[in-house]
Amino acid sequence: MEGVAGYVLRRLLLLPVILFVVSFATFYITRWGPGDPISIYSQQAGYRDPEAFARVRHKYGLDKPIVEQYGIWLKDAALHGDLGVSFRYRDHTIPEIIGPKIWVSARLGVYAFFLTFLIGIPIGIIAAVKQGSALDPLLIGTFLVFQSIPVLVAVPVLVMLLNVKLHLVPPGGFDGIFSSSMIIPTLALSLPGMAGVARLARAMTLGALHEDFVRTARAKGLDETTVILRHVARNAVAPVMTTVIGLSLVGLIEGAIITETLLGIPGIGAFTFESVTSRDYNVILALVLLFTFAFVIANLVVDIVLVMMDPRIRLGGGPGS
Amino acid sequence: MTVEVGYAGTIESEPPREARGESLTRRALRRLLRKKIAVACMAVIAVFYFIGAFAPWIAPYGYNAQNLDLSFHGPSAHHLFGTDRLGRDILSRNIYAARTTVVVTLATLATGFILLPVTLGLLAGYRGGFIDALINRGGEVLASLPALPMLILITATLRPRFDDFMGHVENGIHWHGLVSSGFADYFLIFGALSLFGWVGGMRLIRAQVLTLRDSEYVLAARASGASTSRILRRHLLPNVMPLIIVSASASLGAIAGSEVILTWLGVGVQPPHASYGFLIDEGASRIALQHHPQLLLVPGAIIASLIFAFNLLGDALNDVFTPGAR
Repeated sequence: MEGVAGYVLRRLLLLPVILFVVSFATFYITRWGPGDPISIYSQQAGYRDPEAFARVRHKYGLDKPIVEQYGIWLKDAALHGDLGVSFRYRDHTIPEIIGPKIWVSARLGVYAFFLTFLIGIPIGIIAAVKQGSALDPLLIGTFLVFQSIPVLVAVPVLVMLLNVKLHLVPPGGFDGIFSSSMIIPTLALSLPGMAGVARLARAMTLGALHEDFVRTARAKGLDETTVILRHVARNAVAPVMTTVIGLSLVGLIEGAIITETLLGIPGIGAFTFESVTSRDYNVILALVLLFTFAFVIANLVVDIVLVMMDPRIRLGGGPGS
Repeated sequence: MTVEVGYAGTIESEPPREARGESLTRRALRRLLRKKIAVACMAVIAVFYFIGAFAPWIAPYGYNAQNLDLSFHGPSAHHLFGTDRLGRDILSRNIYAARTTVVVTLATLATGFILLPVTLGLLAGYRGGFIDALINRGGEVLASLPALPMLILITATLRPRFDDFMGHVENGIHWHGLVSSGFADYFLIFGALSLFGWVGGMRLIRAQVLTLRDSEYVLAARASGASTSRILRRHLLPNVMPLIIVSASASLGAIAGSEVILTWLGVGVQPPHASYGFLIDEGASRIALQHHPQLLLVPGAIIASLIFAFNLLGDALNDVFTPGAR
């Protein structure tokens, strides 16, 4: 396990470097591009006075060179944990603004997250056990169709079916996890991911089916269902869970941007897009850093768990790295 | 096919290498052509790309030809899928949208999934040392970024700068119409997609080069005085080519989907040019959902079929190039 500790340490040491590079790049790109929050909001509010623009820009230090602005931001962020001011919501700190949005998105994704596994894993195991019959390609093919329908297409089609035609659900919005407003986001966020889970579970099950302990279990007279459930499934499920948790984080963030924007849900996905279009510099930066941090940690956890379960896996991507 | 009568029907068993030697790629290609599903997928993709490439000759109307008298008309003999709010022909709009997908996927595939990963992977693997570290750390930073938010950020904030730049280029080379034709948009989108696409392919190729670098035939080539670039081109590249094909083909569906999302968010292709992003946006409006479902279903079905074909083909390619992996 020494190798694992060294690997984890190396990756954790790299994290501040990644965050530094990412924060600088994001800082520079957002501020170098034209359009700044002051002029966008002033125009929305109907102000046209160029001197007032200059005054406000000066107040927030936006007239300084970008690299100097970054130095100031970095000092505040690193020393005081102060991520700067949101130009859209000036009365709140950035964590105060982002926190509730994350809470909405987390609740919105909760059913989808569990459904992906609860349906994907059994489908994969069944497909593997029925390998060679027509059921295997049929199941995998069906879920591959779901995977191929972009969220952007799935959500409006679901609205058309469930809201316009059947009047089962509201056209959008979010009323908590026990309301029918959860149905469309849950389907849209879970269906694309099930195929990946099912295929991985199928591959893992196929591998486990030929292990010695499975032959032993059969030899001692257990019926096939018990063999599959108690011996094969257990060995197939764990790696699938950990690998896909990392992947589904990516899917959920991307899916959330589209689903929340389409359905008018006040979560972190829709908020990310709004922040970019309104050039709320410091909020964009905080969001990018948050996503990056979550990605790196999730991938690291996946790597560690995979090694702990299967010591044959070597970390670090081959020799020489 | 006459050569291998003896192997007909035994798809799984590996034909022994012939004395003259057949390249790995050609052998895999032949195995691929024996898979019915793969051939069907390639046919779907070929039809889509043909229609997209020759959109101006195939589409019955222009992508922006409006006829306000025909606003929201249903399917008819003149307009197979009906018309949209501005009386534009839905079929023609979909055909021109295919052109956008064709240009963006091919350009992204060529740069972000073949040129960049191959060059950087070969360089990192064969040279090692500082260059290797630089390429790898750069890749590590890019790979730890959330792709979609970053794509939105780049395309949204840099577009005006980029349009200015392309304007200067136009004036410099006296070749006007780059910005107005939408070419600048394509360039920005595939540039951004390529930036986030190369890391996976680079790692694959680098790992492969590391194992091949010390193989006997590379050693022999070096001993006989072959230059580094010759070894890379003639000896290493043909061996990593299958890996590139598999990893790139698995990404094509995602590339096509990304362009649609970016355009739908308003940061990709700009109107009046056609893209499935706009078509889906128009189809998802309240009035279309209630009374004109074909506005959503036609582009939705086309883009889903294309991504489905890419996904299936990616699977089949994976099977033929890496037998025994499943």
